[in-house]
Amino acid sequence: MTTDTTTQGTAPDATTPGETILDARGVTMRFGGLTAVRGVDLTVNSGEIVGLIGPNGAGKTTFFNCLTGLYIPTEGEVRYKGKVLPPKSFKVTAAGIARTFQNIRLFANMTVLENVLVGRHTRTKEGLWSALLRGPGFHKAEAASRQRAMELLEFVGLAHKADHLSRNLPYGEQRKLEIARALASDPGLLLLDEPTAGMNPQETRATEELIFAIRDMGIAILVIEHDMRFIMNLCDRVAVLVQGEKLIEGDSATVQRDERVIAAYLGEPFEGAPGEEEAAEVERAEAQAEAQAEAQAEAAEAEAAKTEAAEAPEAEADTTTDAAPGKENDR
Amino acid sequence: MTTQTTAPETPSAPTTRNEPTGLIPLPEHIGRALATGGALLTAASTFLAWTWTSAFPGDLTVHGYPGGLQVLVLIGGVLTALFALSSYGIKGLGWLTPAGADAAIKLTALATFATAWYTVLAISIELGGVVNLEPGGYLAAAAGLTALIGALALPFEHPAPDPIDPDDSRWEQFKHKTAHRWETFKAVFATGTARPAGKLPSYAEILIIIAVMAIGLTVFTYGIGTPYSELFIGFLITVGLCFTALLKAGLMARISAITAKHRNITMIGAFVAAAAFPFTQSDDQYATIGVYILIFATVALGLNIVVGLAGLLDLGYVAFLGVGAYTAALVSGSPSSPLPIQVPFWASALLGAFVAMIFGVLIGAPTLRLRGDYLAIVTLGFGEIFRIAVLNTDGTSGPDVTNGSNGISSIPNINILGFDFGQEHTFLGFTIARFANYFLLMLLITLVVVVVFRRSSDSRIGRAWIAVREDETAARAMGINGFRVKLIAFALGATLAGLAGAVQAHVTYTVTPEQYMFAHVVPPNSAFLLAAVVLGGMGTISGPLVGAALLYLIPAKLQFLGDYQLLAFGLALVLLMRFRPEGLIPNRRRQLEFHENTEAPAVLSKAGV
Repeated sequence: MTTDTTTQGTAPDATTPGETILDARGVTMRFGGLTAVRGVDLTVNSGEIVGLIGPNGAGKTTFFNCLTGLYIPTEGEVRYKGKVLPPKSFKVTAAGIARTFQNIRLFANMTVLENVLVGRHTRTKEGLWSALLRGPGFHKAEAASRQRAMELLEFVGLAHKADHLSRNLPYGEQRKLEIARALASDPGLLLLDEPTAGMNPQETRATEELIFAIRDMGIAILVIEHDMRFIMNLCDRVAVLVQGEKLIEGDSATVQRDERVIAAYLGEPFEGAPGEEEAAEVERAEAQAEAQAEAQAEAAEAEAAKTEAAEAPEAEADTTTDAAPGKENDR
Repeated sequence: MTTQTTAPETPSAPTTRNEPTGLIPLPEHIGRALATGGALLTAASTFLAWTWTSAFPGDLTVHGYPGGLQVLVLIGGVLTALFALSSYGIKGLGWLTPAGADAAIKLTALATFATAWYTVLAISIELGGVVNLEPGGYLAAAAGLTALIGALALPFEHPAPDPIDPDDSRWEQFKHKTAHRWETFKAVFATGTARPAGKLPSYAEILIIIAVMAIGLTVFTYGIGTPYSELFIGFLITVGLCFTALLKAGLMARISAITAKHRNITMIGAFVAAAAFPFTQSDDQYATIGVYILIFATVALGLNIVVGLAGLLDLGYVAFLGVGAYTAALVSGSPSSPLPIQVPFWASALLGAFVAMIFGVLIGAPTLRLRGDYLAIVTLGFGEIFRIAVLNTDGTSGPDVTNGSNGISSIPNINILGFDFGQEHTFLGFTIARFANYFLLMLLITLVVVVVFRRSSDSRIGRAWIAVREDETAARAMGINGFRVKLIAFALGATLAGLAGAVQAHVTYTVTPEQYMFAHVVPPNSAFLLAAVVLGGMGTISGPLVGAALLYLIPAKLQFLGDYQLLAFGLALVLLMRFRPEGLIPNRRRQLEFHENTEAPAVLSKAGV
């Protein structure tokens, strides 16, 4: 009976920090002739928050779906704690990977509490017979599930709305509920697909706090996001996906500096374009930006780490504005 | 409640458009007095003779004693009068109208008027002219009309009309105006929210539940026992409108709050009331109808697990009833059964359920990989495959198992521990005959199905069903094995239908393939079963029971419809789907799904009755 693990704060299979939890090797996903994801390697270690960014259509969500068993990768394999994941999404969840969706997929006509109880499904065992006969075991398990669900609702701050229909919740709270529902399956790794899409800055900050709190519970997190400020604050490591391929992986500073990343987000001048002076101008500007970035990096290295944290948002400000409108098309 | 705020504002009334006024321009106090007086007068008129000859069924010729349709008019009149007096604020009647009396007065007045006029017109037409009416009939018609006029003069909140776009075509403008008229018409019967209920001791609440059950039993017994179709139509008019009136008055909400608090007592009460039904009958005629309704309702309730909870549209469900019935018939010791064995009923019932479950799994395993409409089509096909396979295993086209179109006949009556279900028995002075015996047995099966439904829906597996119905992808991502839980729902539904089928085989003496078609004039068949679930309300317990009762009684009582029965059935379904897609007794969740734009209640305390 896994239902006994009701105490909050200890993930059921908390691992020693630094151990590789998720290991995706050479994941390739083809839809007919279209290769959406090409040979992506990604590891997530326990106690880590890893970000996955990239322009629209880069294959981030497809990659997510490969990890969670919604898609079966054409090539490559995904291991969770050393075991190859089965290609069924409910088995992946049972193995310990929980996810949220880019476009919120709550059970709209169930109450908030019921939504979280559905998340407990893999960690409870009572089947039809137990439900029909209603022995003492049934009541015990049901009570334990309820208690754990209420704990989780308290954790995300929705306990006072447990009896509301989930469709009646405001947008931000629906996101929180989705996270609570995912946490209900006691995961070792939580995949968040654009958790702050459509949120205002305050809500984004609250989500950030929430994700840190989840990390502190010993759950590793892989997050897709377009909000650069958010991702750079949050993540220990960031991987950039462009046109289905992993461009670069590293800490946020490295990724921010990388010219290919900037080019991928802002667009590269394509060769043979009319007006070579313009191209030259762009190149000059790029070189300048690079020099600037280098100078900044040197300055940052010279100075303490706190200043780096402060300037990172500034450097990303223009990138963010470019990426944000694209989000709407994605949903 | 909202409608009574007129008196102080009347002087400034003509300028504002949204001033609540009645549909008929009469002062409010006159309207209210007319409604009250008219209702009382109508009630009184039922004690007079309405016609001179007893040629019209029900004998309406007697002074001093209402009969037949007059009883219905009397009930309508008394209810109208009670609501009207309650709206005057008379002490001791306030509990009748927790959500305001005016809408209820209008509806009960309409019920009284419609029943009285229906009776008067039926007398005039059937006997050939208004000359056949006695003064009592004229009085009833006039008083009913007065009450209705008075009730319609009661003020209501007019909806504000949307401005008309002058560029619209004439047709567009016409549509616009019609829509507004419809809105106004709906607003006539709109009602306020119920005021909070006072606290009652729990013994009083239990007494209320018992009273409600007794009233329910009386109404049901009356409806089932209506001997001629005029009375049944009058019954439908009165009960339908009065029930709506009780709904609008807020009484139903109050009662359902009480029953939700004492769910077990309510269930026991309902079953005691249902079990009392055969004892209210002097002969076996209506117990026959009762047992067929119960079979139909039980199977519909089983289907409700599949359709209402798990959201799997199964159009071949009656096949499982057939599997259960054939299994029980084969081992019943019937002379036309190829198996020369006779097993006791408990064994054949379990066997029927078990074999139906096997068939459920066999049919479900390949088909449940499909979703939505595709599943519906495939189950429809499997339902027909069952019937044709049974038809063909007659010894000439295939092996001799089922006797083909002749079916298995002369199935012996059930005999449990020496209690022969075919014989009359006398308990405490009540004689209960064959069908009454089976009625009580079937009631037990219904109880089993109700308990299974309730317990499974309120558990881990029930939540998984609803989650799969709402969003299968998300449900799978939450760790639910969608295929497995759907197969469990499918097999469970099949098992319950097989159990009911085992009893059905004994009740009907004969099982033939024609009983298990997709669509047929006699329920139960797949189309009627689904209709009962949809009509009654998906995902509820009482919904399919009510839906099945109505769908069985209406064709049985309105024989004059003849060949038009299926047409009427289709029309009724279309109208229902247009105006009340969530069914007569809606599941709260379903109601919210279908009326997305209306304001949903913020708190759903107990989803799904």
